[in-house]
Amino acid sequence: MSAGTVLAGRALREARRTPDALIPTLLIPLFFLVVNVGQAGRIFPTGSTPWLQGQSYAAFQLPSSILLAASFGTSALYLVEEIGNGYLDKLRATPVSRTSIALGRLASEAIKTVGMTLVIVLIALPFGIRISSGPIGFLLLAALAAGWAVGYAGFLQFIALRTRSAAATNSAGLIFFPLLFLTPNFVPRGLLTRPMEIAATFNPVTYVMEAIRSLILVSFDWAVIGKGLLVVAVFVLATLALNVRTMSRYD
Amino acid sequence: MTAAVQADRLVKTFAGKGDPVTAVRGVDLEVAAGEMFGFLGPNGAGKSTTVRMLTTLTTITSGSAQIAGVDVGSNPDGVRRKIGVALQDAGLDPRQTGRELLVLQARLFDASREEAAARATELLDLVDLTDAGDRLTKTYSGGMKRRLDLASALVHRPEVLFLDEPTTGLDPASRLVVWEEVRRINELGTTVFLTTQYLEEADQLCSRIAIIDDGRIVCQGTPARLKADLKDRRGGEAEPTLDEVFLNVTGRTRERAAGEVQEVQA
Repeated sequence: MSAGTVLAGRALREARRTPDALIPTLLIPLFFLVVNVGQAGRIFPTGSTPWLQGQSYAAFQLPSSILLAASFGTSALYLVEEIGNGYLDKLRATPVSRTSIALGRLASEAIKTVGMTLVIVLIALPFGIRISSGPIGFLLLAALAAGWAVGYAGFLQFIALRTRSAAATNSAGLIFFPLLFLTPNFVPRGLLTRPMEIAATFNPVTYVMEAIRSLILVSFDWAVIGKGLLVVAVFVLATLALNVRTMSRYD
Repeated sequence: MTAAVQADRLVKTFAGKGDPVTAVRGVDLEVAAGEMFGFLGPNGAGKSTTVRMLTTLTTITSGSAQIAGVDVGSNPDGVRRKIGVALQDAGLDPRQTGRELLVLQARLFDASREEAAARATELLDLVDLTDAGDRLTKTYSGGMKRRLDLASALVHRPEVLFLDEPTTGLDPASRLVVWEEVRRINELGTTVFLTTQYLEEADQLCSRIAIIDDGRIVCQGTPARLKADLKDRRGGEAEPTLDEVFLNVTGRTRERAAGEVQEVQA
């Protein structure tokens, strides 16, 4: 078993032992789902809104909640704690590769996100939401969310390694909120005002959101899914490279 | 015979936003295999920075170091396989049990699941934590944390054990327990490189010591030799203590202020 897997196992044990940190990452996205659907659901009735593809507005909103759940990056705050209490130095004094140290926590973020995505979808199913792409589509959807979680947690881990500050890491995490609101969050991109459409086009979150939405509403639209997968792959590789570089130069 | 620790003209400069700060200014050290070596100095003298360079945790600005014949700069992973490290802050994950941490540490040194479990049991017994082994480390006392940290530094049977102020913050009873463990580890053949602010600790444990001040080694030798040298220098009949040697070579003196003995710059 590789060192990365051993370290991921540790991070998962840690998550299991701190439900206080895990529960809000599930409840807050569900809260947003309920509030957004409550505010805009009647404006977009299923029967007269073609872009809902016969589903309720909640199905259109579901990707936002899944992505929000994937963007808490709590692993970075644990990392700051480990920098402070000296455990990171303990790991750095072992012959384990810096990539494995960075990947250990990120892999656990991926697994946690798959679990949370499953719970969110299971909660959504009784309210008439269905995954049009079926079980395979759900797996792809969960993989997109998990990939996004790894990238975002990687970004926050990078901030944690650079600043060694819980406050700075926490603040950096809030960047996701403006990014989320600069997406086709409430209506498809074609219905946004021109400035918002331009902003959404340059926002990488848009493509992951549209890919997940496509799997929920449409089925396998590979042109849309492909863009989402590409964004996730680039994001993961970029943040992982930053983590390994920073970890290797950590003094 | 290869020295356990060899450092030649070690320098560490930290580049910050302001002027660069040189914390270590050309340290030369040689520690023989099997030795218990004490590295002393006042706060900010460069002890921990030197240890962090020797243990690959901080890059070396200039100079070189070898641990058990392996070069720190060019082969840090090779050095990491030779050393055990217990730093000033007992580096423990508070959400794991003592046993889980030892198993994890052993797995990181390529032990199989079975080997790691057996080694964890053995080490918990060595540091007298068998009964507490399955409790989360956040429930441990300061002394228990230090002993577990010590155990985790030993999982891969290192040739050289670096202990950076292992008893700082411990009560006298816990300190004696840690001393006993360190002695036992050294008797088993492990070279121990110990930094401490407690001169009594160095006097009790170490066969040889070096004193660092302002980033430079100001003296090194056996405690007996250093005391004898001071006695020769100052004359008189009274046998100097290691405290007096320390104060003498670091240019510090003691003054009584507000009813307490304080160490101040001469």
